[in-house]
Amino acid sequence: MGVSLSCHLPLAQEGIKPLTLRSGLFSFLRRPSLSSSFGSTPTSSDGIAQLSANEYLVMAGTLHGVHAITSRIAPVAKSSGVQTIESESFKMTIHMTLTGIKFVLISSTDMSNAESILQKVYEAYADAVMKNPFYTLEMPINATGFETRMNAIVAAAGR
Amino acid sequence: MSQQAKQYKAIGEDLWKNRTEKVNAELFSFTYGALVVQMIKDYEDYVEVNKQLEKMGYNIGTRLIEDFLARTSLPRCVDFRETAEVISKVAFKTFINITPSISFPSATSQQQSPRNEVAGMTGPTEFILTFDENPLAEFAELPLDAMGGKYAKAAEEKKALNWDLSEIGGQDEGLWFSNILCGVIRGSLEMLQMQVEATFVSDRLRGDDSTDIHVKLIRIMEEEQPINDE
Repeated sequence: MGVSLSCHLPLAQEGIKPLTLRSGLFSFLRRPSLSSSFGSTPTSSDGIAQLSANEYLVMAGTLHGVHAITSRIAPVAKSSGVQTIESESFKMTIHMTLTGIKFVLISSTDMSNAESILQKVYEAYADAVMKNPFYTLEMPINATGFETRMNAIVAAAGR
Repeated sequence: MSQQAKQYKAIGEDLWKNRTEKVNAELFSFTYGALVVQMIKDYEDYVEVNKQLEKMGYNIGTRLIEDFLARTSLPRCVDFRETAEVISKVAFKTFINITPSISFPSATSQQQSPRNEVAGMTGPTEFILTFDENPLAEFAELPLDAMGGKYAKAAEEKKALNWDLSEIGGQDEGLWFSNILCGVIRGSLEMLQMQVEATFVSDRLRGDDSTDIHVKLIRIMEEEQPINDE
């Protein structure tokens, strides 16, 4: 079973209309077929659509497949798979931990510190999720503490 | 000490000094002691208590590893020797501020047990952690009947004199007071696709010369892949 979670909020950066920017963050475990998700509320209502739990599931599933394929076709042995995907309108940064959890950040293309943000997310996950005795491994995350920290991280990143 | 070992030592010390929240060591030690004693009262069997402690440790380990990785961002170890170094110098240092020394069973003993060859692994597949100090057992002193086989008889005699000593099972094996550590090692390595066996081989609490945990690699678990996946 896996988890996925997300935060959506605009990145307000100088000279760029916030509307064109998106920053989302979600993570899931090894088997996305069993994953589920929750989204945090956007901190401002600028019209960015919040994806439904099902859509995150599809996204997680697709990405899981892509990740598995990239790690297999990589020219180097024991590849850790795809790490960033860049397009004209967004950039997707994937951080996979040694334990097999993937944290994914969807941001605008000019996001330069994506890796360090994902590292912070991992720390928040270790603190707010793994140390919560009432959290069952590989179940959807449903912790307000984690959500608060995620919102803070994403808010700080958007500044 | 090799270059690599020094490097891990520095990482461990840095983490302990700067990035670890500390609690009172006595509180920690008392809490653990109270837990073990309560479990002995509940189970009335040392073997069962050992098993439960290991299980608790396992559950801790599977979670603790995330904290460890998030804070250290260490890459995957190349071989099991490196794993041993990291466990001793970084993991034990950051979590309980001790650095158990590592030794590798000699090549001869490995020849005696050739079954412990792990596919795709070079170098040692087992190591022994020797604890000079053990914060868990800071104030503990085991009762005679918990010290295992060689004391079982003495305990028997003493019991004849001490009529109120309750009957506790599993005296032949005795209590491995800090067995939770074995579970933590097993749980955390399992999350990194390493299946290991961690067992106490001796404990100062039992009158042994040293406190040793033997960690043996069973196999590297491959990422499960669906069969006939096309």
